[in-house]
Amino acid sequence: MSDTQWPLWEVFVQANPGIPHKHVGNVHAADAEMAIQNARDVYTRRSEGISIWVVPAAAISASSPEDQGAFFEPSNDKPYRHPTFYKIPEGVKYL
Amino acid sequence: MEDSKKIEEFEAKIAAGQKIEPKDWMPEAYRKQLIRMMSQHAHSEIVGMLPEGNWITRAPSLRRKAILLAKVQDEAGHGLYLYSATETLGIDRTELLSQLHTGKAKYSSIFNYPTLTWADIGAIGWLVDGAAIMNQTALARGSYGPYSRAMVRICKEESFHNRQGYEIMMHLAQGTPEQKEMAQDALNRWWWPAIMMLGPSDDQSPNSEQLMRWKVKMESNDAIRQRFIDRTVPQAEFIGLTIPDKDLKFDAATGHYTHGPINWEEFFEVIKGNGPCNAKRLKARTDADKKGRWVREAAVAYAAKREKEKLIA
Repeated sequence: MSDTQWPLWEVFVQANPGIPHKHVGNVHAADAEMAIQNARDVYTRRSEGISIWVVPAAAISASSPEDQGAFFEPSNDKPYRHPTFYKIPEGVKYL
Repeated sequence: MEDSKKIEEFEAKIAAGQKIEPKDWMPEAYRKQLIRMMSQHAHSEIVGMLPEGNWITRAPSLRRKAILLAKVQDEAGHGLYLYSATETLGIDRTELLSQLHTGKAKYSSIFNYPTLTWADIGAIGWLVDGAAIMNQTALARGSYGPYSRAMVRICKEESFHNRQGYEIMMHLAQGTPEQKEMAQDALNRWWWPAIMMLGPSDDQSPNSEQLMRWKVKMESNDAIRQRFIDRTVPQAEFIGLTIPDKDLKFDAATGHYTHGPINWEEFFEVIKGNGPCNAKRLKARTDADKKGRWVREAAVAYAAKREKEKLIA
């Protein structure tokens, strides 16, 4: 058996109730349970979190930075999706 | 040959203060230099646990022992953030560790000095972590996203290390004459190595203009060293300890301290592997790696077994 540093897991921490989990880094671990324990010891030594998610790094698919321009382009030419696009006369309330 | 248009875009991004992320295009020289710097930094955090770990069982009180344990655990955490950040550049941790164990990769010269008395633990937190903070706050502004984010996190935690070290020195300096002497002796032995750990002087290490432009290096070694001296000398005076440099004086015209000559010969000898503890440190690391191997393998076998049981059930 070749030496192993264990598979890589991406770590997401929720800092407080009611807000999203945020990516904080990664850890090596043999399984999910160990990944959660290692993540606690590495990323929440100073009460930085109340909940941890770990995801096998190999399971994450990501958009490609090279295609960033073309990939997100469809939303750039639709300013009418923003409320500020519409001119409403002063004096009209609650709109 | 690398696409000059890509380099142009890469440099424009950095000039505009944007971060470079792992999957972004980057020049090979940038990737190589970062792997070298970041892995050296990671190794320093891990090897740095050894001189301090030496005093955990002999800390003078339960309070000091709990603090030292927490500090050494932080260093392990810093090593892990940095190995992770280095891995984003496409090199794996097994390879990084093998570079440390074979001596191909370096770690900070400072950890090759011994911790002879309890006061050395104070001197390390105050001076070694103090010097590291000067360097790391500069690196936190660097261009590589994962490194910069690791630095921000590390700097926050180092501030506790720095203060607990100063507190140890302060208590000793205000204690019995023997305790004060112990603090002064630790300062005498750690001052120059701490000054040197910030790297060779600028004329011996011409900062590549390119590394500065790429925001891999943010400030010259001498500039960081000067800031460290300017901030640390008054801290020593405040607790009645004397910096072991007879040429040290404050220059009112510049607002900076000038210092005596640095023994660079000693620095380069330690880097080459001839410091007081080089062999001991490396042996402790390779032994830990060898002795830990069965644990890594057993954990993988156990995880596989549980996975199989889950499938059957």
